[in-house]
Amino acid sequence: MTPVSADLDRRFRDTAASEQLLDVAYDFVDSPVGALLVAGTERGLCRIAYDAEPEREVDRLAHAFGVRVLRSPRPIDPARRQLDEYFEGARQRFDLAVDIALLADFNRRVLRELARVPYGEVVTYGDLAARAARPRAARAVGTVMNRNPLPIVLPCHRVVGANGKLVGYAGGLERKEALLRLEGALL
Amino acid sequence: MTLPPFERFYEEHREEIYAFLVRRVGRERAEDAFQETFLRALRAYPKLRHGEHLRAWAYTIASRIAIDEHRRPRADAELPELASLDGRPAFAELEHLADELPPTERAAVVLRYGYDLDYADIGAALGSNATAARQAASAGIRRLRRKEAQ
Repeated sequence: MTPVSADLDRRFRDTAASEQLLDVAYDFVDSPVGALLVAGTERGLCRIAYDAEPEREVDRLAHAFGVRVLRSPRPIDPARRQLDEYFEGARQRFDLAVDIALLADFNRRVLRELARVPYGEVVTYGDLAARAARPRAARAVGTVMNRNPLPIVLPCHRVVGANGKLVGYAGGLERKEALLRLEGALL
Repeated sequence: MTLPPFERFYEEHREEIYAFLVRRVGRERAEDAFQETFLRALRAYPKLRHGEHLRAWAYTIASRIAIDEHRRPRADAELPELASLDGRPAFAELEHLADELPPTERAAVVLRYGYDLDYADIGAALGSNATAARQAASAGIRRLRRKEAQ
């Protein structure tokens, strides 16, 4: 039996995306903090997952965005390039459209404020709550950070406890530390 | 059964569908037919209401495309197998009606009469066996005859 060649497989995955037949395209991106599953819709980047179990993640994407989920490297290339540059220390801001339309209003507002926290700086959960016009919602902001669908690009690693402790990170504290060190926010 | 994400459908069926297309249209044309099969499947995918009979559905699309590939004239012409494919008036008369059949019957009819697969192959494609495939094909044909008579 002749197997499907890598070239044919790649061509199908490219064409499916270029003909705009996909609800979600995704691929894996290598990084110093492990392989990242990166996914996007027509509107923008919708998911970056650490330690992804592909089956479960693909199910979740299908459930949230539609069944036409396909691994397709090309639409992910711009994000891959910018993530590579970020990890090389050559990029401080991501210039990528994001698709967070499905999130609740409060989450979107907090994430929009989060996106404004500059490279190499940290803010507290309380600061971010205040910036999102909900000064007493530090704990709720913590939950939004924990469920951030786009870690790294939406920099929840820059949010720390009131005492300056790193506190928590959905991808694990080691990664939070590694990202802050990369940005020069930690020695 | 809920419809799985397309990635899983594609991963599960691409190898056998490609092998099927290589047998039907030859290696040279199989790549285009493969692309066309899965692009067509992708276009129709969100309209499916459940995840049953996906394998048979994939074979149905692939066999239609294989038929189209054979009908398409090609530059280097003179393909001996073309002649043998024209002797299917019975199916050609029925083909436009086959869309209305239940999925398993439709797949069995298309694979048997559209593509001369034997019942063992059709059974394998449908995830059942030769006997069940034969029953599905003849039930489909009876249903088509009735429709035609209406």
